[in-house]
Amino acid sequence: MKLNVTEIRKDFPILERETRSGVRLTYLDSTATSQKPLSVIQAMDDFYRRSNANIHRGVHTLAEESTALYESARDRIAKFINAGSARQIIYTRNTTESINLVAYSWARANLKQGDLVILTEMEHHSNLVPWHMLQAERGIELDFITVTEDGVLDLEVYKSLLSRRPKLVSFTHMSNVLGTVNPAAEMIKLAHEVDAIVLVDGAQSVPHLKVDVQALDADFYAFSAHKMCGPTGIGALYGKIELLEAMPPFLGGGDMIKEVKLRSFRANTLPHKFEAGTPAIAEAIGFGAAVDYLTKIGMENISAHEHEITEYALERLEEIPGLKLFGPSADKKGGVAAFTLDGIHPHDVAQILDQDGIAIRAGHHCAQPLHEKFGIPATSRASFYMYNTKEEVDLLVNGIYKVKETFK
Amino acid sequence: MDDLYREVIIEHYKNPGYRGKLDPHDISFADNNPLCGDHIQIDLRVGTDGVVTDARFDGHGCAISQASADLLIESIIGKPLEEIKKLNKESILELLGIELGPVRLKCALLSLKVLKAGVYGLGEASDELVE
Repeated sequence: MKLNVTEIRKDFPILERETRSGVRLTYLDSTATSQKPLSVIQAMDDFYRRSNANIHRGVHTLAEESTALYESARDRIAKFINAGSARQIIYTRNTTESINLVAYSWARANLKQGDLVILTEMEHHSNLVPWHMLQAERGIELDFITVTEDGVLDLEVYKSLLSRRPKLVSFTHMSNVLGTVNPAAEMIKLAHEVDAIVLVDGAQSVPHLKVDVQALDADFYAFSAHKMCGPTGIGALYGKIELLEAMPPFLGGGDMIKEVKLRSFRANTLPHKFEAGTPAIAEAIGFGAAVDYLTKIGMENISAHEHEITEYALERLEEIPGLKLFGPSADKKGGVAAFTLDGIHPHDVAQILDQDGIAIRAGHHCAQPLHEKFGIPATSRASFYMYNTKEEVDLLVNGIYKVKETFK
Repeated sequence: MDDLYREVIIEHYKNPGYRGKLDPHDISFADNNPLCGDHIQIDLRVGTDGVVTDARFDGHGCAISQASADLLIESIIGKPLEEIKKLNKESILELLGIELGPVRLKCALLSLKVLKAGVYGLGEASDELVE
């Protein structure tokens, strides 16, 4: 079904704002964080106005309501990615914390010196640094699936790395710079053939594609609410039950325990075992409202709309002399267009576009090794979501011509 | 904001007068802006009286960072090191002649941080050097 973008835009009050007098916001930075629909803002506002109390321990009305809202959000998030059970959804702060949870709990219990972990050259720093840290601590080995010139993973390299019997393969489902959607199902199947565990960074995929963790057969799947219409400060880790149950706790404290003695504790059952301390309750409720919103619009419809916008954007951007695009063609990628402009630094591009209310991102987008691979310090990146239009792409293109004029 | 890309900045970015390296040199220091990867190296020749006789900068980054480096180098040749130690954020803003938000301020101040870290013989170009 074709999206009614005019109606959708009305759900996002921020899109109406001006960044300066007479200049309306053109928000092309959803890959960094998406805007939030009214239903999410209201769900969190309602919670604080009506139900706010700490969860799980209390018996009073508000505590019960808060707990029910917090847990019902977990149920809907589980359904949204087709997890077998809500017990498999661990609330975290964000994708980064989800990956760190696997690195601290699963990996420290299962990896020893010399064990191989396979990553890719297109990873976000959040799926590199936790493994660098473990390498320093444990002496694990890291190797990387290379990225080809057109911005896709080289699966032949992957297959040869798998012959070295890795213990873990961890990769992004969708690159936050190139936009490349990696063949996750195929990659997971290949990894399982050599008995490797697979962690998928879904920060960019869950907001934009229909993700089914069971169909993918992912062992762990990490994502953040704030890139999918939800609030900041909350994310999730999905894991297979038998893995999560065998893992030691991550952070220690309240709520993650079943029983505490002066000198010992027994860990709580899933998912609470991994959720120490008072969590981000309002944010979890906002996360639930966000998946409700995305479900209502329909993930297939969102993907189709973004594809149309991306195809148009790549076509228009390609016309601009001196502009170089990074990443594969529109059929292999999500709604991301990273580019450089001859002789003009990305920061200057972003700054001048901002004068016209156009918000894009400039820098290495937390993927420094990928930029080094392409021999550039930084790129400018425009990204698209369900609320973006072709008219906004035109504004971007006109803005880029203005940048070139400034530096003429 | 419109003034950000006023002519003097574009001019110093595109045609810097002091880009390059000095070999030999008496002081050389380089550092990055970790936020955006901008990189600046500064080489100085210093006379026995402690006065900078020649200076160059090299590196890559946005127009603000590179133009401010060029303007800074231009301004310190012939100055004693003791005077360079006194330079701060205001000195750079005066050279650039523009107002800057907190993010772009970091771009503008990178060269001064590198310069002062070199002059003081420090291992790292920290923010405190330019406050």
